[in-house]
Amino acid sequence: MTSVPNPGQSTRFVCRSYMAVVLVPEPPIVEWVTEIEQRIKGAGRFLVGSPIVLDLSAVKLSKSAIAHLVAELDHRGVRVMGIENADPASVGEGVPPMVRPSRGASTNLDVAAKPAPEPRHKPTTLLLDEPVRSGQSIFFPDGDVTVLGSVGSGAEVVAGGSIHVYGALRGRAMAGSNGNTRARIFCSRIEAELLAIDGHYVTAESMDKNLRDRAVQAWLEGTELKITALD
Amino acid sequence: MAKVVVVTSGKGGVGKTTSTAALGAALAQLGQNVVIIDFDVGLRNLDLVMGAERRVVYDFINVTQGVAKLSQALIRDKRLDKLALLPASQTRDKDALTEDGVQRVIAALRQQFDWVICDSPAGIERGATLAMRFADEAIVVTNPEVSSVRDSDRIIGILDAKTVKAERGDRVEKHLLITRYDQARAARGEMLTIDDVLEILSTPLLGIVPESEEVLRASNLGSPVTFNNPGSGPARAYFDAARRLMGESIQMTIPTDKQGFLGKLFGRRAA
Repeated sequence: MTSVPNPGQSTRFVCRSYMAVVLVPEPPIVEWVTEIEQRIKGAGRFLVGSPIVLDLSAVKLSKSAIAHLVAELDHRGVRVMGIENADPASVGEGVPPMVRPSRGASTNLDVAAKPAPEPRHKPTTLLLDEPVRSGQSIFFPDGDVTVLGSVGSGAEVVAGGSIHVYGALRGRAMAGSNGNTRARIFCSRIEAELLAIDGHYVTAESMDKNLRDRAVQAWLEGTELKITALD
Repeated sequence: MAKVVVVTSGKGGVGKTTSTAALGAALAQLGQNVVIIDFDVGLRNLDLVMGAERRVVYDFINVTQGVAKLSQALIRDKRLDKLALLPASQTRDKDALTEDGVQRVIAALRQQFDWVICDSPAGIERGATLAMRFADEAIVVTNPEVSSVRDSDRIIGILDAKTVKAERGDRVEKHLLITRYDQARAARGEMLTIDDVLEILSTPLLGIVPESEEVLRASNLGSPVTFNNPGSGPARAYFDAARRLMGESIQMTIPTDKQGFLGKLFGRRAA
C-alpha cells in the first residue's frame, strides 16, 4: 500500500485508557527523590520501566524544575509519561504532557466525522454595564467596546474596533486603535473631551457646538474625522 | 452588625470632616453607638470640629503601633456618651498608617460600636485609600460644581477597585451627599443642579445639605451642627441623611434655615 495521502479519507484516532502508577512528590523534593531511590533498591522494582504519572498537587514547581525532576527520575529508570495537577503555566515543551484521570473507558474516535470542539474564540466585544469613572482607562485592542452607562470626564476608552456609549460620553474615546479605519464611535450624548479613530482626532474645542449634548456618530473619511447627529 | 462607613470625596474642602462629625453625632442622637475616626494623619481636624482637641492623649497611630490601647485613645463625647472619637496624630504623616494596623483597629471597633465612620483625607493617595480599604459603605461628599463632581467620580471608581469588598467581587454601597447647596445660585445657573450631579455620578442620593453659616459657626464652636442648632437647615439635612443610612425611607428635601419651611421636593433617586 502506498502512503499517498487521500484528502477524502479521515485519519483515525484511537483513545484508550491505561493503568499507570501515580507518584506524588512531596517537599523537600531532594529527599523525596532519595526516598524513591531507596524504594527501587528495595521492593520497588516495579517502578522501573513502568509508565508513571506524577501528581504535582503537593508541590509548586516551575517548568524547569519539573523538567529537572523528570530527568532525575529518568536517570533512576523511572519513566514519567504524564503529569497531573500541575500549574498549566509550568507545562509545555520539554515536559511530559498533562493527563487527566479517566473513567477507564476505551473509545474509538473518528476525527473527521466528529471534530473535536474548537477552542473557544476570544471575545471580540467588551460589554461594560457600569459607568466608566473619571481616571479609569479601558483598553480593549481585540474589538468593540460597549458601555451601557456614561464615560466620565477624565476617563478614557480605547478600542481596536468601534466604541458604543449608551450614556453620556464626557471623557475620551479612541476607536480603531490597531489601525482599523472603519471603526466608529457612537454615543447617545456627546460632551467628549476627545474623539479619535485610528489616531485621527478632534478635541472638544474643534467640535461643532451644535452637536453638543446630542446623540452622534463619528467615522473616518480619509484622514478626517467626521461627526454627525444620529437624531 | 457594625457598619464601617468611609466619608470621602477626592477633593478637599467640600465638607468631609464637617459631615463626618454631623452624621456621627446625628446617629448617636438617634440612639446608635458611633465612633468616628480621623484618617487625616498629619492634618487632623476632626478633634477640633468635635471640640475634643484638649483631650487628645493617644491617637490612632499609637493604637495601630500597639503603643496605646484602643480604650486609652478613644475619646468619649462629653455631650453624648454614645459618641466616641479616635483622633489622628498631628506629628506623623500618612506613611505611619499600615494596612495591618488599620485592619486590626477597625476589627476591634466593630466589636464595640454600631457604626465606625472613617473621615478620609482629601486626595487619592495612601491616607484616602486606607480610609476606604475596609469600608462596607461609602458616603461621597460632593459640592455642586464641576471639579468636585469630577473628583467624586474618580473616587467612586477607586471605591469599586481598591476596597477589600471590591477585591472580593462584592461591592461597597455608595451614597452621595451633596453639601453647600445654594438653591438660588443653582436657579441662576451659577452652580450645577442636583439633577446634573446625579446624572453625572449615577449614585443614589443620601442627602442635600444647604449652604449655611450655621455650619461654620458650629465648627468654630467645636460642636457638630446637629448638636449646636438641631433645628437649622443643615442639621435637619444631616438628621434625614442619618435616618436614611439606618435604612429609613425619608422623602428627599432641601431643608432651609427657616424652621418649618421645606425646600423643593426631590422624590427621585438616581439609578
